[in-house]
Amino acid sequence: MSVDAATAEPRMQGGAATPAMPLVMVRGVSKYYVRGDQIIPVLVDIDLDVASGDYVALMGPSGSGKSTLLNLIAGIDKPSAGEIRVSGVDIAQLSDAELALWRATNVGFIFQFYNLMPVLTAFGNVELPLQLTSLSRGERRERVATALALVGLSDRATHLPNELSGGQQQRVAIARALITDPTIIVADEPTGDLDRTTAEEILALLERLHGELGKTIIMVTHDPKAAEKASRLVHLEKGVLVD
Amino acid sequence: MFVPLLVLRNAFRHRLRTTLTIVGIIVAITAFGLLRTIVDAWYAGAEASSSARLITRSSVSLVFSLPLNYAQKIRQVEGVSSVAWANWFGGVYVSERNFFAQFAISGASYLDMYPEFVLSDGERKAFLADRVGAVAGRKLADKYGWKVGDQIPLRGTIYPGTWTFTLRGIYDGAEAGTDTSTFFFHFDYLNESIKRLYPRRGDQTGVFVERLRDPEAAAAVSQAIDTTFRNSLAETLTETEKAFQLGFVAMSEAILLAIQAVSYVVIVIIMAVMANTMAMTARERYGEYATFKALGFSNGFVVMLIVAESLGIALVGGLLGVAFTFPMADVFASSVGSILTGFRVSETTIGLQVGAAFVIGLVAAAVPAWNAARIRIVDGLRAIG
Repeated sequence: MSVDAATAEPRMQGGAATPAMPLVMVRGVSKYYVRGDQIIPVLVDIDLDVASGDYVALMGPSGSGKSTLLNLIAGIDKPSAGEIRVSGVDIAQLSDAELALWRATNVGFIFQFYNLMPVLTAFGNVELPLQLTSLSRGERRERVATALALVGLSDRATHLPNELSGGQQQRVAIARALITDPTIIVADEPTGDLDRTTAEEILALLERLHGELGKTIIMVTHDPKAAEKASRLVHLEKGVLVD
Repeated sequence: MFVPLLVLRNAFRHRLRTTLTIVGIIVAITAFGLLRTIVDAWYAGAEASSSARLITRSSVSLVFSLPLNYAQKIRQVEGVSSVAWANWFGGVYVSERNFFAQFAISGASYLDMYPEFVLSDGERKAFLADRVGAVAGRKLADKYGWKVGDQIPLRGTIYPGTWTFTLRGIYDGAEAGTDTSTFFFHFDYLNESIKRLYPRRGDQTGVFVERLRDPEAAAAVSQAIDTTFRNSLAETLTETEKAFQLGFVAMSEAILLAIQAVSYVVIVIIMAVMANTMAMTARERYGEYATFKALGFSNGFVVMLIVAESLGIALVGGLLGVAFTFPMADVFASSVGSILTGFRVSETTIGLQVGAAFVIGLVAAAVPAWNAARIRIVDGLRAIG
């Protein structure tokens, strides 16, 4: 069960993105679904580069394909055509098992509805991705404490998700996304379920991750105010990049 | 500790649902164990029988008796070392509800034939010396609170009148499975009274019991005994004691099959209930399973979570069911009295109960685990919100 990045398959390791090579490189990616004899295109021939340390906001109307693009980059879905390279690894070519290992070390997820495990405390939820590593219990505790301190929830470590507010739950989710020091953090409508004030707090936190820790963040949002915080905006309409 | 803790907490997220499921499994496993024990008890007599003994009865039917003078001829058959005889009495003690087996036996020869009935020397002598004396098994004596010296009246149904016996001994079983719920008295007492009242029914007995010199020769000796009485007015059928006992069991085979079928049906029903519970549980958690997978956990991990939870619930219910079987069996045994002797929950039954609980857990988890493993992450994540 334990996964160490050092033992991962060589083809999954790729290489660090060089100045010449973007961290995330999307080339000619299409995604379509087949319903009966009908082909429904969701993404059409997408090209996109995301540099290391970038903070990209994907915007567009509902059904434009922005979440699908995010899922493809995060390796939880596979393109119908094209190539997606993250740190030089062509993730579209990885098997499901390889992709799971790759996600464990390279991607931090922040979901709209937090997706915390209801039976685990805030500490347990943040520790979750570390269960797949070979870190000792002491090392895990240390890292979790640091991550919870970073999101300002040290005093809530023993609380279950249902004992936390929406904003606090999202902070736990952010701490969980950070805990393995992933290559990219993907956030799907991270403020979609929060009130304006709490949303501002979460966006400020994401800005800190980007500004102070240099994290590469790709965020899907409907909210123009959230998008304003990003260093780069990408618009999608009907599965095509328009900007 | 992470996985067991997660499984435990998941199992008790819906406490009422899990508790009711466990209660259902307890009831099913207890019922399964109890029904198996009833079937075992039916066969207990045959299991406890000796391979060194033969039983000779009328070839027509057990209800027809055999002349007592056959004993002398049987004793002369090659391979027979000793002969005893017994006759079913069928009396009623106080009321018809108090059923227990009663046999008029050939005194010392019969007691010698059954060393598994352990009687002290003093009690044996007292019994043999008293024509109206009787001995009873420990279980029977305990049930009715009999003590040595008590007068025990039996109302005859086959042999009319009230027959009063003096209890001269209480025998114990040499082994745990030995039947100690039978009542024995002297054949001579019965025979003399019968001869006086119904002369034509005198000097006849229900069965002869033969001890073999060599148990391997059972078939040949049986044939030799039956050949001896061929073409006589009372032809015989000789078989091993086990075959004789199984003959009684065969009379109720349809009931036994029905009991066995019901015991398995109970397991199948609880399996369906448990499968439904696990299916509901897994469906509610598709979003969580998808999140686990998104974070890098494998399909195998998700399968393990479901299987472990299902097995955990089933085994907790199963083990509690096993524990409940013992007091339930005791209650059942005391309520049926002496009808089923050797009523004991066997190691095989316990093994079957635990095995059934394991299979319930495994089968209930199969489909939900398969579905959870197959669900695409993006589809599972859509289930949240």
